Amino acid sequence: MSDTAIFPVTLPASSAKPVAKAAPVTPGKLAMWLFLATEIMFFTGLIGSYIVLRAGSPPTAYSNKYSPNTPISAIPNPEEVTFHKWPLPYDNAVNPLSIDLTAVNTFILICSSVTMVLALGAAQRDDKKATTRYLLMTMLIGGTFLGVQVFEYYQLMFGHLYPVGVSATGHFRPNVSLFASCFFTMTGFHGTHVAVGVFMITCCFLQSLRGVYGARNFASLEYIGLYWHFVDLVWIILFTVVYLI
Amino acid sequence: MQRTGVEKMSDHGHSAGHGHDDHIHPAPTNFLSKYVFSTDHKVIGIQFLISGLIMFWVGGLLALAVRWQLAWPWKPIPLVNSIWAEYGYRLPPEVYNKLFTMHATVMIFFVIVPLLTGAFGNFLIPLMIGARDMAFPKLNMYSYWFMWPSIILMSYSFFAPGGSAEAGWTSYPTLSSFSWSTSGSFNGQTLWLASLLFAGVSSLMGSINYITTIIMLRAPGMKMFRLPMTIWAMFITAILQAFALPVLTAALIMQLLDRVVGTNFFAPANWMVANSGNVVGGGQVLLFQHLFWFYSHPAVYIMILPAMGMVSDIIATFSRKPLFGYKPMVFSVSAIAGLGFIVWGHHMFQSGMNPALGATFMLSTMMIALPSAIKTFNWLGTMWGGRIQFTTPMLFAIGFVAMFVIGGLSGIFMAATPVDMHIHDTYYIVGHIHYVLFGGSTFAILAGIYYWFPKMFGRMMDERLGKIHFFLTFIFFNGTFFLMHIVGMHGHPRRIADPTVYEFLRGSGVVGMNQFMTINAILLGFSQLIVVYNFIYSLFLGPKASANPWNSNTLEWACPSPPPYYNFLKIPTVYRMAYEYSADAVAPADYWPQDQPENSEAVASAH
Amino acid sequence: MKIERFWTLVFAIGAIFATGCFVYAPFNDDWWLIPNVSSVGKEVDHLFIIILGITGVVFVATQAVLCYILWKYYDRPGRKADYIHGQMKLEVIWTIIPASILVFLALYQMGTWAKIKFRSSLPKVQPVAEVTGRQFQWVFRYAGEDRRLHTDDDIFTVNDFHFVKDEPTVIHLKSADVLHSFFLPALRIKQDAVPGLTIPVWFDSSSAGKFELVCAELCGWGHYKMRGNVTIHQSQQEFEEWLKKTKSEQDRDQLSLANAANGG
Ligand code: HEA
Ligand code: HEA
Ligand code: CUA
Ligand SMILES: [Cu+2]
Repeated sequence: MSDTAIFPVTLPASSAKPVAKAAPVTPGKLAMWLFLATEIMFFTGLIGSYIVLRAGSPPTAYSNKYSPNTPISAIPNPEEVTFHKWPLPYDNAVNPLSIDLTAVNTFILICSSVTMVLALGAAQRDDKKATTRYLLMTMLIGGTFLGVQVFEYYQLMFGHLYPVGVSATGHFRPNVSLFASCFFTMTGFHGTHVAVGVFMITCCFLQSLRGVYGARNFASLEYIGLYWHFVDLVWIILFTVVYLI
Repeated sequence: MQRTGVEKMSDHGHSAGHGHDDHIHPAPTNFLSKYVFSTDHKVIGIQFLISGLIMFWVGGLLALAVRWQLAWPWKPIPLVNSIWAEYGYRLPPEVYNKLFTMHATVMIFFVIVPLLTGAFGNFLIPLMIGARDMAFPKLNMYSYWFMWPSIILMSYSFFAPGGSAEAGWTSYPTLSSFSWSTSGSFNGQTLWLASLLFAGVSSLMGSINYITTIIMLRAPGMKMFRLPMTIWAMFITAILQAFALPVLTAALIMQLLDRVVGTNFFAPANWMVANSGNVVGGGQVLLFQHLFWFYSHPAVYIMILPAMGMVSDIIATFSRKPLFGYKPMVFSVSAIAGLGFIVWGHHMFQSGMNPALGATFMLSTMMIALPSAIKTFNWLGTMWGGRIQFTTPMLFAIGFVAMFVIGGLSGIFMAATPVDMHIHDTYYIVGHIHYVLFGGSTFAILAGIYYWFPKMFGRMMDERLGKIHFFLTFIFFNGTFFLMHIVGMHGHPRRIADPTVYEFLRGSGVVGMNQFMTINAILLGFSQLIVVYNFIYSLFLGPKASANPWNSNTLEWACPSPPPYYNFLKIPTVYRMAYEYSADAVAPADYWPQDQPENSEAVASAH
Repeated sequence: MKIERFWTLVFAIGAIFATGCFVYAPFNDDWWLIPNVSSVGKEVDHLFIIILGITGVVFVATQAVLCYILWKYYDRPGRKADYIHGQMKLEVIWTIIPASILVFLALYQMGTWAKIKFRSSLPKVQPVAEVTGRQFQWVFRYAGEDRRLHTDDDIFTVNDFHFVKDEPTVIHLKSADVLHSFFLPALRIKQDAVPGLTIPVWFDSSSAGKFELVCAELCGWGHYKMRGNVTIHQSQQEFEEWLKKTKSEQDRDQLSLANAANGG
């Protein structure tokens, strides 16, 4: 560690302007990275649990004819039933998830990361109009992602009736199977993070209308951008492990 | 090496000297912003201190009720027995479970962690690195105020239907995740989970703030390897906290969802408890234990590392000798933290986890004793050849070393998997817990209070009362907890309301020991009234303290006692390590503060 | 006496008290490990005593050094503290010595652990019983005439465990509701009963007699009273007579069968 850290005084985070010219990172950025590290550990906890739970799921946990985790002793004709350890993609008898819709949604979220990069770039170039424009786009695209997710949840929980292999009640809700529990918890927490991100980007957008961001002031865009890319990255991992494999 | 450091420093010192006045944040203007919603790290530290000490009494009194029941099972507890009038004044057995569950929860999450990281971390970090405040003072304030929902939820849970949680502080499912499994598993457990989530958020905010502050806001010349041990320990602790706590958050959330939404994480397929309805299940019971200990093992080091740091500083100061082996000390703190992440399985040797995994966890657990050994020997090395001043803080610090060794060595028994098979979940473990957490962390906290009280409040505490307090605490502490090892190896299980159910615990020896421990515990509790009196009396009537009453080297003693809201009028420049005691260069003075410029002849003679 | 010397004595008394407790313990049956009857228990006790010896030496040594320091180096007029920042050689010594002790301990116990808990070392015998913990009792299912579990002639007992002396004995441990822990203090055996898992546990006993079974994992309000009786029979014959007797009582008392089967 160098001995260059010389901020004789600090002010509350919102107005923290680093005094030292030589400092490689600002306190805000460091704190943001640390925050993301804690978030990584949080999602590691969830994803790690998912992997362990899935690996430990008994080979007869899901079947095409009985509700999840029906004891095999209660099944009169086990030879005629197809059992699964875990619901596989596109296997409609046990897996209710619409992968195509979500794939499109994933693409949408990635687009919003791109527009966020563009917004930050515009601010650094001092192009205030473009900053506002890209922020608006990010906000709308992020909102679209959320909208699709809400729609997906609605379909799963209320909109559709699924075969008994998915759920004893026909509705796919957090309590109907371990798969459902994992799905809703992981995507739900990710969705909450997206919602927080959209809220913050909306605030930035409103600020940018007042021309706040420019070449001399883009730190908060940078931090929120970092967060937004992180949320995007988590989604790609979640989409892979929950939907695709 | 020192010389070049100084040269480099001087121009930083210069630039720092420029126009810092306009950066001093404005003085708080009214009562609310000064004492309640303060963003001043010192006020926040003291807020943590006071709430922690109050909660200490809550936890302590719960423990005394636990002890009463163990010594005289089912005999009405004096003073509070009317609560259970409808049960014939007898303590209902589930209440016993609530008592120790809440005792441990309060002690760990509302006393030790907030006192060590919240109170001392907040108060000391900016002062000891020569900063005017934390990197994010507002975040710091939120960190304190997030404790309150947590405390309120936890306190409210005592009055919830079914009472507070009673699944132990470890809260293992399925006892904790099925509402019907035990009476504390109704809303009490839900409130417990919610409360700990708030406490977690509070800690996370704190740790991000500490890490950033220590990395970014050090005074000119304060290289990482000039930081006092306290700050190193706080730094490593904050990192541990930041990386381990989110996993606990995930685990608590999953348990909460299991309870309120009916998810299936921690219940096996088609499970039921106490004639409740079946759940679909399909999850794994042991998964929670893994997640819990992945946090809670590092958490026990979170509760000892800052204590070790503070003790290192106090021992060096009162031995009037440089800390022995500063770098080995720093490396062992880091090693404890690193290894701390791979030993969690030692709590699960008998849990049904794969025994081969148990063997690897045993190996890593043995290894983690090594850095602690290095630290112990370095403390002894620091005192060796010193000029030991038996002040109250020093007595508690020496007590820490003596008692931590006992707690640590009992850990070796438990690390040995076959031996753990016999002593797991017995009072042997309870003895270990209290030697490391009371004899260790709590002794260090008391040492810290006596040591930094003058800086915090500008007055000295009474030394004579302090010494009496130490004497009684030391004696009664050993009287309370040492025999736990003995009954534990005899087979006395922990968490049982009435040991006399078992024939092998009915012997007069065991019963006698239980009563002896209880009497000592009560006396131990009463002895703490001395420090309360001393604390409150000195707060108002103690003699005024000078800026540096202990002739110490670290930066916090460079500003007045108590420090003004901006800490340092001029940001100090640091010229050397914190441990230059009894250096020839400055004789006859036996200390050489970090911020004191060296005159050239002194430098010449020192090299 | 100088007050500084007094503090040395206080710390010394603490250390002497601690050491004294363990020196006295073997002479009082209520203090020491309860008498062991199993072969694995012998190894556990042996390990315990080795570790007690090692840690005892370490403890006495560190406390003695501490007291010596306090006695010798207290502050007094004319005393000047040494000015030394550390010494590499010492650091190396006190890293290597504890490290080798710890590595020795780690390796030394590995065999015992493997022998007790590894699946591979499970004796190849039929399990004598299936043991199910439930709030707040132990339910035992013994094989009947056909020597097989989970058949119609199974025999059930509650809180009453029987097996035979000198025979390697295997049980299958289960839980019906929450975590419990199967703890036989006299045999040094402990294993948690985990909902959803069936865990085989083996042990043996070198003497017959009556012992106690403890539930060692918090399982609810009645955890403290979840106690079982253990009877170790002199011979296989005696055990089978007991089984027969229990079976006939059970057939007479259909109600108890129904009750117990709920838990099994
Ligand atoms: C501050 C808290 C703290 C600290 C520092 C420690 C330190 C250690 N702990 Fe402890 N532990 C707890 C708090 C702590 N523990 C708690 C709260 C529990 C119970 C949780 C519950 O179930 O409720 C627990 C439980 C616990 C268990 C589980 C027991 C069980 O449930 O069956 C184990 C098992 O290995 C263990 C081991 C150790 C070891 C090896 C150390 C080591 O770090 C100790 C190292 C120190 C020394 C060894 C002493 C100094 C060294 C020397 C003098 C050198 C020479 C020594 C040798 C050569 C041996 N601890
Ligand atoms: C820091 C942690 C800590 C502390 C300090 C204590 C303190 C005490 N503990 Fe605690 N205990 C635990 C942590 C702690 N304990 C844990 C983690 C468990 C495991 C729980 C579980 O199984 O889930 C446990 C379990 C436990 C048990 C086992 C219960 C069982 O398994 O059935 C017992 C039994 O005797 C016990 C007793 C005591 C006693 C008598 C004290 C006494 O020392 C208390 C005396 C103290 C006071 C009366 C208050 C003193 C006040 C101050 C010092 C404040 C000073 C104020 C100013 C300076 C202004 N504890
Ligand atoms: Cu069963 Cu405790
Ligand atoms: Cu641990």
